[in-house]
Amino acid sequence: MTSKPEMTASEIASAVAGGKMSALDATEAALARIRQHDTILNSFTDVTADRARAKARAIDADIAAGKEVGPLAGVPFAVKNLFDVAGLSTRAGSKINRDLAPAKRDATLIERMEAAGAVLVGALNMGEYAYDFTGENVHDGPSRNPHDTTRMTGGSSGGSGSAVGGALVPIALGSDTNGSIRVPSSFCGIFGLKPTYGRLSRARSFPFVASLDHLGPFARSVTDLALAYDVMQGPDADDSACSTMRGLEPTLPLLANPVSDLRIAVAGGHFQKNVFPEAVEAVGRVAKALGATQVVDIPEASRARAAAYVITTTEGASLHLDRLRKRPNDFDPAVRDRLIAGAMVPAPLVDRAQKFRRWYRGQLAEIFKSVDVLLAPATPCTAPKLGQVNFNLDGVELPVRANIGIHTQPISFVGLPVVAVPVPLEPLPIGVQIIAAPWREDIALRVAHTLEKMGVAAAPAPRGL
Amino acid sequence: MAEPLDDYIDAVSKALALPIEEAWRPAVRANLEVSLRLGRMVDEFALPDETEPAPIFTA
Repeated sequence: MTSKPEMTASEIASAVAGGKMSALDATEAALARIRQHDTILNSFTDVTADRARAKARAIDADIAAGKEVGPLAGVPFAVKNLFDVAGLSTRAGSKINRDLAPAKRDATLIERMEAAGAVLVGALNMGEYAYDFTGENVHDGPSRNPHDTTRMTGGSSGGSGSAVGGALVPIALGSDTNGSIRVPSSFCGIFGLKPTYGRLSRARSFPFVASLDHLGPFARSVTDLALAYDVMQGPDADDSACSTMRGLEPTLPLLANPVSDLRIAVAGGHFQKNVFPEAVEAVGRVAKALGATQVVDIPEASRARAAAYVITTTEGASLHLDRLRKRPNDFDPAVRDRLIAGAMVPAPLVDRAQKFRRWYRGQLAEIFKSVDVLLAPATPCTAPKLGQVNFNLDGVELPVRANIGIHTQPISFVGLPVVAVPVPLEPLPIGVQIIAAPWREDIALRVAHTLEKMGVAAAPAPRGL
Repeated sequence: MAEPLDDYIDAVSKALALPIEEAWRPAVRANLEVSLRLGRMVDEFALPDETEPAPIFTA
């Protein structure tokens, strides 16, 4: 059996475990796709071919010896280049970090994926230091949208969106501080999971904003998303925010449960403003399919976005302060100038933003007493052109870069779990956020799976390759 | 002509030993104006004195 680009991770794992395809063949097929298409997509910054082949051979040897293999046996995957990969410098999209010593140990999530049999094939392009919504990178060039290579992937996990949307690998990992999983999922037409804040370990990944950083998976099917998420769960003493209170809560066995018992509403107010017609259409299709007619206003969502902005720019500035002093000319100028400005925000405003976060979290907790799921756009528009500076939103000319995450920021601000589902509109897909209460990833994944079964959500085949 | 925020930018730049080249100043100023506008939006919201900040830290 030959591995084909359209094969899901679960299909590959099943074929490998069942002896119909070797892990090495699955790995070689992914490496060949990367060689064929990545000169255009520019999604990979490092291809770890030798390591991948060694891992694949070890899996094949285990199978030949009759040993148990994990649920991701032989599944190729790749990670945003802010994850530590043993032997590589963790560049985090920057020029400066290339001078770091190579990582000695993999990030926790890579270790957990590989313990389940997955095969790491490389590290992926991203916006510098994750302070980005576009997927453009001045040092490595932009990652390109697999449906139209003249367009943005979205960021900052742009290479993750491009590699999965372009079917180079079935699973990628990324990070999301303000929308960096959900935005590329939307623009590249794939599924992405931003789990609850504190659910998945961030150990040995390069940080951005400790208060808001999350890691999570991308995939072309909800089953694959759940499969990857389940094997990555569990406490980790190496990440101070990773909850020790939650045991393993597998979602895969619950995916096929009906959603008829769920109370599903559309987010109103802020989430129905600042949108292009395609975002309205996508949310409308999803709401109609789920029978969601109730509209719930999330109070002060615009202010929540403002508070997320303040926390991001100041914590980001604090993280990079010494690099800004010593190597300012080695930053992307747009990132540098935002970080310098962030260093100048008075401390009381940051404290008030964190206090507001507590208040706002209480408001969401009240809402989730009467609903189980909220629906909202993932992005205000489909993928803009690479280099596009402004767009006209509700009659106002606004900068693209700052406003792509306008609907994701008020959600990650309080760490809610979200599955971004792709709605395959023509000519370009766009995502919808399926938002659940804290620690209820299972509900968001179940709704996403239902939408996928109905054909309302689907990862379209790459149209730009 | 000096912009209203320039004195503040100069003072913080000195206090933090964070050099700013003249060529960057307009972009730094523009970004700071956005940050302060959004910061004011947060500041204007009345919170009870007892409200505690939200970051999670466990020793």
